[in-house]
Amino acid sequence: METKSKVSYYRVNKNRYAKNGMMVLTILACSLIVLIVVGLTIRSAPILFSRPLSELLFSTEWKPFKGQFGFAPFIVGTFAVTGVAVVIAVPLCLLTAIYLSEYASSRVTRFVNPFIDVLSGIPSIIFGVWGILLVVPFISKYIAPLFNVSSNGYTVLAGGLVLSIMIFPIIINVLLEVFKTVPNEMKDASLSLGATKWQTVKKVLLKRALPGVIAAFVLGLSRAFGETMAVLMVTGNVSKLPKSLMDPTYTLPSLIANNYGEMLSIPMYDSALLLASLILLMIILFFNIISRIILVKIERNYQ
Amino acid sequence: MSDNNFKTHISVQNLNVHYGKNHILKNINIDIPDKKLTAIIGPSGCGKTTLLKSFNRLLDTSQSPMVTGKVVVNGENIFDPKVEITHLRKKMGLLSQRPYPLPMSIYDNVAYGPKIHGLRGKKNIDEIVEHYLRKASLWEEVKDRLHTPAVRLSIGQQQRLCMARGLAVEPDIILGDEPTSALDPHSTQSIEAMFNSLKENYTIIVVTHILRQARRIADYIMFMYMGELIEHGPAEQILDDPKEKMTKEYIQGIIS
Ligand SMILES: Nc1ncnc2c1ncn2[C@@H]1O[C@H](COP(=O)(O)OP(=O)(O)O)[C@@H](O)[C@H]1O
Ligand SMILES: [Mg+2]
Repeated sequence: METKSKVSYYRVNKNRYAKNGMMVLTILACSLIVLIVVGLTIRSAPILFSRPLSELLFSTEWKPFKGQFGFAPFIVGTFAVTGVAVVIAVPLCLLTAIYLSEYASSRVTRFVNPFIDVLSGIPSIIFGVWGILLVVPFISKYIAPLFNVSSNGYTVLAGGLVLSIMIFPIIINVLLEVFKTVPNEMKDASLSLGATKWQTVKKVLLKRALPGVIAAFVLGLSRAFGETMAVLMVTGNVSKLPKSLMDPTYTLPSLIANNYGEMLSIPMYDSALLLASLILLMIILFFNIISRIILVKIERNYQ
Repeated sequence: MSDNNFKTHISVQNLNVHYGKNHILKNINIDIPDKKLTAIIGPSGCGKTTLLKSFNRLLDTSQSPMVTGKVVVNGENIFDPKVEITHLRKKMGLLSQRPYPLPMSIYDNVAYGPKIHGLRGKKNIDEIVEHYLRKASLWEEVKDRLHTPAVRLSIGQQQRLCMARGLAVEPDIILGDEPTSALDPHSTQSIEAMFNSLKENYTIIVVTHILRQARRIADYIMFMYMGELIEHGPAEQILDDPKEKMTKEYIQGIIS
């Protein structure tokens, strides 16, 4: 009896230590985000307190030498490039994922899946090079003339295109996982009523998977907001407000990557770049929170 | 009524189904009577679901089963490439082992089929929804919350909703794959009562592994074992006086 209870105490204690240890790690991981926000805020405080926030956010004048720091071109550039990427990626990823999960035979999926995985493992600099070699000249030669503008090809559109390809694999893979959660019997129920496969996809699969579909695109969006290297290589990096898809642009991540560590002798420059990071982080957090709210709303309505 | 004096609705001729190397259904031959309830009995894994699903061609297509032989419904072989599969399925309502309401409201679940087949007009659809919810004895329970999600219903109510949904496309055959196995006794009773009243107008085929249920509802019984159709005949004969040794042993509970 005695030994038995000793052994069980040992097990109970072990369980308790493990639980507490894991909890500490979890708290550490969560507090990391707080630490990052606090750190960035402290370091960007000098510029935040020296100018009105509206000037920083809405002014289009970016002249560090003259002490003018308007972030509008970069914020707009970031949204423009990301927006183009998502607009291109959403329909293509949806159709691809629907095809792979509902229509393709297992032989086809076995063949295609490795390609998607390879695509997701390609470093972004390779996408950048590919963009310079193919996408930029293509836009300059064929797309720009279509709109009667002359462009060297380094544009919002180029950034969006390259970025959309980069977020393809992550979105498709998440969508495939999401579609797997819809029970076959539910699709069979629709088919057995005489619905076609396409009707079943539209009215049952997509409807049931909607929260997951949104989550997939927010994940892609977050990834796209922060993507640096490839975008930096093909957007021309001109700190002016882009007026069309055919204009060059400059995104927040590109700004930070191109300039951090250089020209720190300019007053406030360092602080301005950290503010750029803070703005980027806020944008991403904002989208994550919005998507969470949408998910909860949808789940309440359907489940 | 004498044993062989029925009209045939579904005629299965030399039906074989293979999944890869596995021979799942072995040379099935049977004429399934019109406007009667036929129960398929047999131990689990013997191919009951596979047989049922081959009737509305819902076999798991991702595993690409090989199907040979014929299933003739209303004089037409359903495996004929010319057969329009959506028309075929519209003729057969399906109740699965667990109810799977579609991810929409109660109302939309029933309206789904008719709308897919082109029914328009709110008034028409309202009528259909009420009619079939009544037929599935669910109307009184849900008439005040037609537009709430169907998943909020109890399992028993969900299965009756699935029945209403299936009847709403006006099939002439109803297929049930152990449709009461997930239900409480009360819901089971109400589904069985529904079958008993529906068989005047529909040909019903129900898979069951509960012999007492077969006794309560079946007119005709087919007993399957390891992918083979061992014996079939009028319910009393199979249950009380089986000809085959295997059927006898299954009925007595020696094999299961
Ligand atoms: N999609 C499938 N792929 C491979 N084998 C299957 C598939 N579906 C069913 N089977 C096999 O067919 C046999 C009969 O299954 P099933 O018709 O579901 O039996 P029952 O409904 O009588 O329990 C089982 O041995 C099962 O493993
Ligand atoms: Mg089964």
